[in-house]
Amino acid sequence: MTSGTELLPAPRGGTGTDGRRFGALRLFGGKAKGSEEAAKRVQFSSPYLPYLFLAPQLAIIFVFFYWPSIQAIQSSFYLEDPFGFGSTFVGMTNYTDVLKSGEYLGIARFTAIFTTLVTFFALSIGLLLAVKADGVIRGNATYKTLLIWVYAIAPPVAGLIGMMFFDQHIGPIVELARWFGWDIKVGLNYFDTAFSMIVVSVWKQIPYNFIFFLSGLQGIPVAVREAAAMDCRSGFRRFWTVILPLLAPTAFFLLIINVTYALFDTFGVIDVMVKDKAANNPITLVYKVYMDGFRGNDLGGSSAQSVILMLIVFVLTIFQFRFIERRVHYN
Amino acid sequence: MYRTKFFDHVILLIGVFIMVAPVVVAFMTSTHEAADIHRNGLSLTWGGHFVETYETVLTRKGGFTGKITGLNMMMNSMILGLGFALGKIILSMLAAYAIVYFRFRLATFFFWIIFTTLLLPLEVRILPSYEVMNTLKLTNTYTGLIVPLLASATGTFYFRQFFKSVPDELLEAARIDGAGPFKFFIDVLVPLSRTMMAAIFIIMFVYGWNQYLWPTLMTTDEGFFTLVRGIKQILLVWVGSNIPDYNEAFALAILAMLPPVLIVVIFQRGFIKGLTESDK
Repeated sequence: MTSGTELLPAPRGGTGTDGRRFGALRLFGGKAKGSEEAAKRVQFSSPYLPYLFLAPQLAIIFVFFYWPSIQAIQSSFYLEDPFGFGSTFVGMTNYTDVLKSGEYLGIARFTAIFTTLVTFFALSIGLLLAVKADGVIRGNATYKTLLIWVYAIAPPVAGLIGMMFFDQHIGPIVELARWFGWDIKVGLNYFDTAFSMIVVSVWKQIPYNFIFFLSGLQGIPVAVREAAAMDCRSGFRRFWTVILPLLAPTAFFLLIINVTYALFDTFGVIDVMVKDKAANNPITLVYKVYMDGFRGNDLGGSSAQSVILMLIVFVLTIFQFRFIERRVHYN
Repeated sequence: MYRTKFFDHVILLIGVFIMVAPVVVAFMTSTHEAADIHRNGLSLTWGGHFVETYETVLTRKGGFTGKITGLNMMMNSMILGLGFALGKIILSMLAAYAIVYFRFRLATFFFWIIFTTLLLPLEVRILPSYEVMNTLKLTNTYTGLIVPLLASATGTFYFRQFFKSVPDELLEAARIDGAGPFKFFIDVLVPLSRTMMAAIFIIMFVYGWNQYLWPTLMTTDEGFFTLVRGIKQILLVWVGSNIPDYNEAFALAILAMLPPVLIVVIFQRGFIKGLTESDK
């Protein structure tokens, strides 16, 4: 999810739940057998070799993960002197300032709505296309290729194409909307900008969901499908009562990935589409961290926001794991 | 039955249209002249100016300082994509090898240290990461561009899963034959992991090539711009003019998506496998 789509193996057909988040959480949730599980019956033992092999990865993780993470937490409690002469400990002030700011809360509300809509539409369109692609035999491979390749397009590039399609002078979507009496003004009208950002973000994420749903569907044994077909004539009901529950682990995995995508990876889309004019435009929390830290030079405030985001990510994963997992049917 | 199949195809064709049409339009429009686009809008037909436009985009010096060409940016993207993918594979294979195949005291501890990184994406710690890079004087270097992105456990997790699925008998046999840790790794494990490595390479290359936020922070010197990172800056200059150079903007977008798209389409099977399969 760091720029979200650098992903791990995900569940197939309803067997496993190993995704980045999942994998990690299984460890944290105490469900996995941790490294014991990793142990081979026979192993090498050497006083220094394992450390040697681990050293490069550990060095990079310490310097570029733990050091900045700790720094973020630390500087969130300090107020940086504007002229660079040291900093003062201010306790929770940065946090209370952030959480009391109406602007921040507005952005948080927008982020929540944006994330919900992007996740919902990207998942449902991906699922719909996967179900249909799974159903047809002729042209199956062609559909698949044509539906997944947008995966490889970077978010800001998608944002650029989106910007052109929503352009005042040349954008076909703007022209289309005009027919219906809707004058889209991206960059000027808050709602219109939000709308175009959501459309582009969903578009970019559909292929990813499609790939996973399709491979989940193809993992459902033929015997199960045939049995279901005999018991239930209505294809729609069969989908709801048999196929969807079997897809639950995939859907669950994708839910987390999509939320993370909407929260973090859409940065590129937003940055290209609002073009530095963030003032009256909808932006997400990550964009706000970036704005305050790099444009506003508000180190403490930006760090406090970073820590709040870290907490959101933490809570989100734990919540998903603890509560939703119980309702998902794993076999 | 026939009718439902018909509607399935209709829905799929609509889906394909939505996914493909914007990019086709972007490409076709890029072959028209700027003034033409300004007058007539986006286009679905061939404009005949393919060679000129793409040559301009690739070789003209652009940007604020006027010293970077599209070709330079493409090279930088390639360095980032390849460097990231290779680095990821090497680091994570070694770490996973240590975790799975060695018995040592701090194994569990290190395991946790590494896997905690799965919980916090780079985006939530951008500012402190930037400060660290400043302290280390790594801004505007390829090292600064690539190495911090490697600080996550995804690849390690992946290879750990894979190594665990390798039969124990192989190690037993290798040890009977007198193979040490290095020999076993290079002669047995690396050849066995070949398809796995290829799949991860594809995914990581696309991921590296498509990075935006980190390169935006790390590179202020246009000589280090990647295509994806440069897109906004260049756009602000080009599209700011009287008749915006829409054609060049589109051409740049097409170039920025071309290598990752080609890789995903050509190696589709391996790519999907790598993405979706864990227990092999």
